[in-house]
Amino acid sequence: MATAGTLTRRAFLLGSVAVAGGVAFGVYQYRQLYPNPLGASAGASVLNPYLIIDQRGVTIITPRAEMGQGVHSTLAALVAEELDVRWEEVRAEHGPASPAYFNQAVIAGTAPFAAFDTSTAARFTREALGVASKFLGVQITGGSSSVADAFDKMRLAGAAARMVLIEAAARRWGVPASSLRTADGQVINPASGAQFSYSELAVEAASITPPTEPTLKDRSQWRYLGKSMPRLDMPAKCTGTAQFGIDVRLPDMLYATVRANPRLGGMLNSFDASEAKQAKGVKQVIDLGGAVAVVADNTWRAFQAAAKIKFDWGPAPYPASSEAIFTAIAAAFNGPVDDVPVDNGDVSLALAGAQQVVRAEYQVPFLAHSTLEPMNAVAQLHNGQLEIWAGHQAPTIIRQQAAALAGLPIEQVQLHVQFLGGGFGRRLESDYILQAVKLAMALPGRPIKLTWTRSEDIQHDMYRPAAIARCQGVMGSAGVPLVVQMDIASPSVGRSFAARVGMPAVGPDRAITEGSAGQPYSIANYRVSGYDPGLQLPVGNWRSVGASFNSFFHESFLDELALAGGVDPLAMRLQMTADFPVAQQVLNSVAAMANWQQPLPAGRARGLALCLSFGTTVAQVIEVSQTDAGVRIDKVYCAADVGIALDPQNLEAQMSSAIIYGLSAAIMGEISFADGAVVQSNFHDYDALRMRQVPPIEVRILENGPTLSGAGEPGTPPSLPALANAIHALTGQRLRSLPLNKQVKFA
Amino acid sequence: MNLTINGKQLQVDVEPDMPLLWVLRDELGLTGTKFGCGIAQCGACTVHIAGTAVRSCSIPASSVWGPVTTIEGLGSPQHLHLIQQIWIDQQVAQCGYCQPGQIMAAAGLLGQNPAPSDAEIDAAMSNLCRCGTYPRIRTAVHAAAKALQEL
Repeated sequence: MATAGTLTRRAFLLGSVAVAGGVAFGVYQYRQLYPNPLGASAGASVLNPYLIIDQRGVTIITPRAEMGQGVHSTLAALVAEELDVRWEEVRAEHGPASPAYFNQAVIAGTAPFAAFDTSTAARFTREALGVASKFLGVQITGGSSSVADAFDKMRLAGAAARMVLIEAAARRWGVPASSLRTADGQVINPASGAQFSYSELAVEAASITPPTEPTLKDRSQWRYLGKSMPRLDMPAKCTGTAQFGIDVRLPDMLYATVRANPRLGGMLNSFDASEAKQAKGVKQVIDLGGAVAVVADNTWRAFQAAAKIKFDWGPAPYPASSEAIFTAIAAAFNGPVDDVPVDNGDVSLALAGAQQVVRAEYQVPFLAHSTLEPMNAVAQLHNGQLEIWAGHQAPTIIRQQAAALAGLPIEQVQLHVQFLGGGFGRRLESDYILQAVKLAMALPGRPIKLTWTRSEDIQHDMYRPAAIARCQGVMGSAGVPLVVQMDIASPSVGRSFAARVGMPAVGPDRAITEGSAGQPYSIANYRVSGYDPGLQLPVGNWRSVGASFNSFFHESFLDELALAGGVDPLAMRLQMTADFPVAQQVLNSVAAMANWQQPLPAGRARGLALCLSFGTTVAQVIEVSQTDAGVRIDKVYCAADVGIALDPQNLEAQMSSAIIYGLSAAIMGEISFADGAVVQSNFHDYDALRMRQVPPIEVRILENGPTLSGAGEPGTPPSLPALANAIHALTGQRLRSLPLNKQVKFA
Repeated sequence: MNLTINGKQLQVDVEPDMPLLWVLRDELGLTGTKFGCGIAQCGACTVHIAGTAVRSCSIPASSVWGPVTTIEGLGSPQHLHLIQQIWIDQQVAQCGYCQPGQIMAAAGLLGQNPAPSDAEIDAAMSNLCRCGTYPRIRTAVHAAAKALQEL
């Protein structure tokens, strides 16, 4: 793991080596905006920010957080494909935090246009945001953007490196580069049969200016891309040798835990730690402001001592109960509208003239991320250098925030990103890392490992916000809706997150409506409006963000309209998507998989939902049955269009994973508040699906979309409404609030 | 107190009520066994005591009744246990945090029931996986059962 970290600390940086990644944008003047964060050392050569070649072979820097989505393997395959090396010899590392690893796709994805909008305005905005992303230099993993962002950059990095390696060999042999070829990490001279390994050539190659526009392989020649590659992290993860943040061990390390005000953001009035200080192994009790940490010689001893502290916590800066919070969210409908991302036809006129209006109100609760690895970080301040070891989704943000907190220049802060035991958006937040930094500042010299208890983790999240939707619709005579109006009120994730990372939040927040807005449907009179109640309750990015609740609202309500019109939900959607061929094919595909036209026997039923999120269109059919023990999910069918499928097996795993994440929320996910604090505290009362509850899942990956799109999140949104629609088909009960187990008994 | 961990007799100086999990992780540096919940709900901390899969977060060090095997003792990257090899063949892991516990639970199950049915797998494999790798875990348990029988 240590190659990149070791190299960055070397004094002589090879900063002038061209950043091949910049070539992808054709914006040459920005190309050397950021120096290569990797430095060379004796015997190791750095050809670009993605590649280190030394005597051990090839190390590919995969600068996105590996949190289970297989990103290291797919990103490494992009470089390996063009570089021409053996897969078995590839190593992947997170690499250092650096603006050179900025994510253009995630920033461009924030453009306020539907994914299918290819108008000049939409394209211009995405391009402008893409250029801005380069100056922002934010290295971030999120928005299902990693592969789309890397697809050109990292293939170009591999191709450019291969060309300078060939050039180095050509100079040694005194032959034209065009006469040479490569195979499995060797440059070969076919005329003489001579060959050099990349390791032998790397030092010379690093001094050769790489081509600005290397030629990429045609897809028909791909050897790794488009194939299911064995994941590089698999052996370590099956032997307990993969190092997560919580596993970091350093000499003289101390172990800490923290108790923060359960009323989120509230003050700490006072505390009494006299008993805790006497507990075995306790070194120090530290007031962090709003939280108290216990530092001990063992994590469990820190947990035990922290439980002995008596606290007087201040009140929460938001309504104290779930009921009062929902009242505040509903009140937003009476306030100013935040955003109207969809406004086609004349909804008000069409509603006024309608004979029969279908009206429904939907509601979903707050949710925690509950990554299986609780929040943790290791920090050490020594000789004016701050080092941090943690799993995190946005290394450059952490580096900036940690430097500001410690009062250090950013160059004196190093972040060593570890494997993430789940992210789901939780590890975009810096709270747990900044707590560890405060501990390092309080005990300079000593590395401190901070580990949260599970209850601290569940009770101090940045939650998926609760939301309410008020829907009105009218079926037309042609078997499709004539009017759909959706008003959605939900605390703004965008504003809450931006405030925490100190970024400006301008304009409306798309997260409130995404998943209801941006859908590939033609509806004559169609309006989607968002309302922000402005609660001071921390909400964050939860796998698929706004689409995680909007798809439940939108697709459940479409199901209601189909029933009101007496039409088949699939037939209705096929008509509504007539202008969206990708969505049509996804629907047809899932219908064929599920044999939709074939009626199910009595006691069994199915539901359908479609959602376009993060550029990927996904449709799912869920089959359920009534058993003596309750409703059982028998089967999930999923068709997803990602444009270009780079790793079929991993894509299938991502869809399956996202479905189980969504169904867990649909069936049992709820964070509630009492006396200002989260009620749930561990997996006994905030659980997720276990193996016995998980049905077989069949996934088909399609490639009709215009561009490569993401896979980590888009499988989640349609799973919730597909299940609710299936249960309605089974029982006749329309389920308009989550979690479903409050209304339905599950087997 | 004395503990036998992965075939080695070790002496540890801990309180009798310190859970085995924290003896392994913080006192002995065996970090393959994971902390997830602390109340035996998630199974991330699953190890074997005398061949039986148990949740080490809820077993006081003083009540460990036999030799302990952790994921590190089951096999290593250089010397994989058959179940680990099958886990790799089936590409089971995603984030990987729960997998040491899942593998230890599977090894415990197959040690007692060489040909488990789906219902028996469901009953024995109750460990939580937030990435939802369950379909591949089920496939891997069946494949491991078959491979172990053919040995």
